Amino acid sequence: MAEVSLKGVKKSFGRVEIIKGVDIHINDGEFVVFVGPSGCGKSTLLRMIAGLEDITEGTLEIGGRVVNQLQPKQRGVAMVFQNYAIFPHMTVRENIAFGLTIAGASRQEKQQKVAEAARILQMEHLLDRRPSQLSGGQRQRVAIGRAITRKPAVFLFDEPLSNLDAALRMDMRMEIGRLRRQLGTTMIYVTHDQVEAMTLADRIVVLKDGQVMQIGAPMELYHEPANRFVAGFLGAPSMNFLNVDVLELDGEVAMVGNQSLEPIRVATRRRPFRKDGKAILGVRPQYLRPVHSGKGLLHGIVAHAERLGSETVVDLTLRDERELIAAFNEDKVFEPGVALELTFDTALAHLFPDEGELQTH
Amino acid sequence: MASKLTLSNRAGWTFALPGFALIFTFIVLPFFFAIGLSLTNQRLLSPNPTQFVGLENYQQLLGLAVVTLEPERNDAGEMIRNAAGEIQYPRLRAITRSDDYPQYRGMREWFHWQSGENVMIVIASDVVFMKALVNTFLFVLVVAPVQGSLALMLALLINHKVKGINLFRTIYFMPVVVSIVVVSLLWRFIYDGQNGLLNSILQALTFGLFQPVDWLGSPSTALPAVMAMSIWQAVGFHMVIWLAGLQTISPTLYEAAAIEGASRWQTFRYVTWPGLRNTAVLVLVVITMQGFALFAQIDVMTNGGPLDSTQTLVFQAVERGYGKQDISGGSTISVILFAIVLAISLIQRWLTRER
Repeated sequence: MAEVSLKGVKKSFGRVEIIKGVDIHINDGEFVVFVGPSGCGKSTLLRMIAGLEDITEGTLEIGGRVVNQLQPKQRGVAMVFQNYAIFPHMTVRENIAFGLTIAGASRQEKQQKVAEAARILQMEHLLDRRPSQLSGGQRQRVAIGRAITRKPAVFLFDEPLSNLDAALRMDMRMEIGRLRRQLGTTMIYVTHDQVEAMTLADRIVVLKDGQVMQIGAPMELYHEPANRFVAGFLGAPSMNFLNVDVLELDGEVAMVGNQSLEPIRVATRRRPFRKDGKAILGVRPQYLRPVHSGKGLLHGIVAHAERLGSETVVDLTLRDERELIAAFNEDKVFEPGVALELTFDTALAHLFPDEGELQTH
Repeated sequence: MASKLTLSNRAGWTFALPGFALIFTFIVLPFFFAIGLSLTNQRLLSPNPTQFVGLENYQQLLGLAVVTLEPERNDAGEMIRNAAGEIQYPRLRAITRSDDYPQYRGMREWFHWQSGENVMIVIASDVVFMKALVNTFLFVLVVAPVQGSLALMLALLINHKVKGINLFRTIYFMPVVVSIVVVSLLWRFIYDGQNGLLNSILQALTFGLFQPVDWLGSPSTALPAVMAMSIWQAVGFHMVIWLAGLQTISPTLYEAAAIEGASRWQTFRYVTWPGLRNTAVLVLVVITMQGFALFAQIDVMTNGGPLDSTQTLVFQAVERGYGKQDISGGSTISVILFAIVLAISLIQRWLTRER
């Protein structure tokens, strides 16, 4: 078990900088998830920790030891890959014992450790099969088995569930959560799936374009996103962003509104705004509620509605022709073309500075 | 498989027709012709009508026997020795030309060994064919493993993303592109007994201590010389096949091995080599086939000599069929070669099957 610490870590391929200076400290036994859109550098960062990619600049410490120049095997890490990377010509047993075989372990030790891994992963009955006879989920379990037999200081997961179908993904997600509680080892997990990030992580690192956008506990990121990117990245359907005008500024509170939004007071959270300037209001679709009293804060017309049983997702066209998504946690019929008024708890709304890059949906 | 490709595809079949016609005329037809001719006494030009002779051609080629010569004894039953004290044996001719042994008629000594006071002689009805058979097997047995592993080593060397690696790939592949006849002619100069390149280099390296060898002119070096040159010529081709095999192995398997701490040798042993299984079968079968078809090098460099030390099956087939106009004899060798290659391919496939 070990702490992992990245200080000013950078990575360039030729003249292209992929990782632009990342500082992350991961505590012993912590489960940290790197999340971000594709191309944000999260996998590259993980591979740098593993030792599969060189570190161009900065230092990487594992267990208090600088490991920049060490080979993967000397870093005490184990890695699980997206496409499993299990050896097709070996049986499950041989695959799980691979690290031990490499290290020249005795037959007895191998047998014992394989049995232990198989018990933890509940795959004793599969040990003599070949990978071609296994399902995707089982293959990934073999890969995890190979990783845990060596008792590494740090586990690295590179999108381990991305090749699995939805139902299996959920099972495996829970399995990884269980495994994590059982082993208590430091784990770093890369995914683009925010559900995996939210459910598994102690802390989430949101990355974009090779930079850290925010680090924090899942609910911290969900409720208090540091910026618009994090706000929009976490949560499904994603947060609505409305272009609003700052009508009044009063210390920590701003009065904002626009053509379709009645003036409301929102906390600025110490972000810089200007009176009579532009700002962006973020409201999660789940926080919107329909009202009929004429006291609605937002006014729009139903364009499309999706009934999911537990939830109804409504696509509205606002007065200023912009779109808005609302998610009501009840099954209700909304006919297209019907006018709808919505309200929300303004304490749950977020105000972001307008950086002139808001795209309409 | 009844698909649109094979059924309603008139244009496609039309395009394929010339190719099919050529294959039929020059491969399929001669194949059956050879089998048919091997059962007759057909000659290329002969006033006599062709006769069906059954398996006589095969007997003529494959006839083998072991005869034991006992020492000559005098009336007292003592062995007769010559002035040098060597035991005297009856002449082999006394048996092969004797009416007492019609089954040995016309056979000649292939090789012999001493067994106690007797001499055992293996006699063959066609000694040259037997030598060709042995040489061909020897050639395949040496060339297949050496060329295959050499090609694999080259493939491993050039399977790196290094600047200028394509230059090396090109260099290694170059001999494959050059015609084997041209290569053979060039190597005749290299192997020249007087001032060939090889002798000159060896002399230079040993400061003149090395005595020049007539590589193609002596029975002990001629076949190894042909082997060496053949290995060099086609190694690039097999290197490319290995390279293709190497590139089908998923890079993440190597990364997984690296994380597990595998050394270079362990990575090869556990990742690369198992991943090359199918490629290995292909390379082995192809080299074996090419080895059995050894002809051009022999024809250009040695003509089967010296003393039949580089005779091969295909060379004999051509030599007989066209040189001696004995087309049925040539055909018979071809059919025997076909049976050998087929058998070996089947054995190789069985040995390297998926278990």
